[in-house]
Amino acid sequence: MNRDTLLDIYTRTMNVARADEKMRSLLMTGKLAVVYYTVRGQELVSAAMMAALEPSDYLVTTYRGQHDQIAKGVPLNLLFAEIAGRATGTCKGKGGAMHITHPETGVMVTTGVVGSGLPIANGLALTSQNRGDGRVTVTCFGDGATNIGAFHEAMNMAQLWNLPVIFFCQNNRYGEHTAFADHTKVESITARAAAYGMKGVQVDGNDAEAMFAVAKEAVDRARAGQGPTLIEAMCYRMMGHFFGADFSYMPKEHLDEMAAADPLPRLRALMLEHQFTEAELDAIVAGIDVEVEAAVQFAFDSPFPDESELRKDVFEEEIAA
Amino acid sequence: MSGNKISMVTALNRAIDEAMAEDEGVILLGEDVGAKQGGGVFKVSAGLTEKYGAQRIRATPISEQAIMGACIGAALAGFRPIAEIMLMNFVTVAMDQIVNHAAKLRFMSGGQTNVPLVIRTTTGVGVGFGGQHSDMLEAWFAHVPGLKIVTPSNPADAQGLMRSAIACNDPVIFIENILCYGIQAEAPPAGHRVPLGKAATAREGSDCSIITYGRTVLDALEVAGQLADDGISVEVIDLRTIAPYDEEAVLASVRKTGRAVVLHEAVKAYGTGAEISARLHERLFNELKAPVQRLGGAFSAVPMASALEQAWIPSKDAIKTAVHTAMNWQK
Repeated sequence: MNRDTLLDIYTRTMNVARADEKMRSLLMTGKLAVVYYTVRGQELVSAAMMAALEPSDYLVTTYRGQHDQIAKGVPLNLLFAEIAGRATGTCKGKGGAMHITHPETGVMVTTGVVGSGLPIANGLALTSQNRGDGRVTVTCFGDGATNIGAFHEAMNMAQLWNLPVIFFCQNNRYGEHTAFADHTKVESITARAAAYGMKGVQVDGNDAEAMFAVAKEAVDRARAGQGPTLIEAMCYRMMGHFFGADFSYMPKEHLDEMAAADPLPRLRALMLEHQFTEAELDAIVAGIDVEVEAAVQFAFDSPFPDESELRKDVFEEEIAA
Repeated sequence: MSGNKISMVTALNRAIDEAMAEDEGVILLGEDVGAKQGGGVFKVSAGLTEKYGAQRIRATPISEQAIMGACIGAALAGFRPIAEIMLMNFVTVAMDQIVNHAAKLRFMSGGQTNVPLVIRTTTGVGVGFGGQHSDMLEAWFAHVPGLKIVTPSNPADAQGLMRSAIACNDPVIFIENILCYGIQAEAPPAGHRVPLGKAATAREGSDCSIITYGRTVLDALEVAGQLADDGISVEVIDLRTIAPYDEEAVLASVRKTGRAVVLHEAVKAYGTGAEISARLHERLFNELKAPVQRLGGAFSAVPMASALEQAWIPSKDAIKTAVHTAMNWQK
């Protein structure tokens, strides 16, 4: 992998990681009180996927999607303002963390309903196919989403129509509190791609080079009109379902396995291998931290939305008071 | 102009054809809608694949969630998709997409995205399709902020409302009553549009207003004709847009007549008639000469047997009785 790409992936990963750490600290100190599905452990899978995309490509993600949104380029100040329920947020405070939308960076839908993004991604991809605009659509979901009907309907339709869409399963080994082996009988989600005649690839999502190579190939295929790919990126959800939730149901061996696979030290080691210096990497992180702090300040300095917003955006025309 | 009559099926086909000719972003997705499948079970899309190709008239697998999701996604990216859900009961399979996504994405995105989508669906009581192929479920959708609901009672309105629904920048549920498909009436001119949210006065009257929509407009008109012979002047308001409905037109009519019967084919209990009735009582309590009378389907699944099915829907006699009840009300 060339150094520019690696640096790009590192920067995206650390953007995600530092913003996530800040979010958790805001929650721990009581400065924010929102439901937050932390992305700790899944930073790299997303960074490598998004690094393979163009800014104009479409993204559909889920409530555990902050890593996807940040890696795709959603500005941190708008993101934090939205999470804090401010009028300056991406969605004027009307969506919140579970419904981040930012078409300028291609983030078209963030859904709070498991599996629902996949059929919508097909529709975005369909417009690209009809228009010939070369855009690719990526839809992110977890392993838990592969047991809901929408997943199966969407996979079949995408393959049937050869749509330029990538089904990006971030297999973090748990669907809510239920371990993979307790919710799914097949060993790999790629078996389900095969069931629909679709190309399916499993990859170690915490291996930056492998993850990027798989992502790039899927993007190139979709852009070239060769149809969809299901990527099963193996990763870990290191801090449970939602932040603060008890995850004592996770066995110790699993927790140890997760800690050993932490993508952040692994990526840093890879960077050093590629002749980046500690000082360079520290400077990147320091720069990100300045941005994160500024974003949080922007959010807390911003006004709350006005009550009149209840009558706006229900329909195109405002509802009479 | 006489002799130039078209059915509601043809009217709908013309509206979609016109919109597709004008805008490449207008596409139709649904089961059996393509040329290979014969242009839809009710032939509304007959001939359109030949004109616009299989990329725009997409016959789908039997996958209502995937159809709806794909239409929502396409709408988000600037298309004006039409989803054909063969029968209204099958929308239940796609409720998550409709209620959690189509209806809410504009609001939840703070107006950054919108879903210009038409959900065409067929239903109707009276042809013996039984409990899972006949329901009018408009009240479910009327309860959801962000959805518009339309239903025509005649070919000209079908054509004009369909054009407006396709042009609308919000999701519209377009209900086609199976018993109205064959109605023949004067063809409207090309490009005919009927604005959403505007009711029509199907018949003018001065004693009692019947507020209704869809197939029951025909029943109301027939009853109004009969009551005229008895010296009762009935006004029939065809809502055309069920939600959000033309409250101004309804209030104006009832202010004039002082009496109202709200009539629909859907189950009466918790139906849209309850909302209209409640709003009339809230706004016109002192002007009403009688409580608003409410008519709708029985509180059971739609039965198959013809005798039961006819007993299930509000009969013309029941409509007449409701008008008489309002007329004879003693305060």
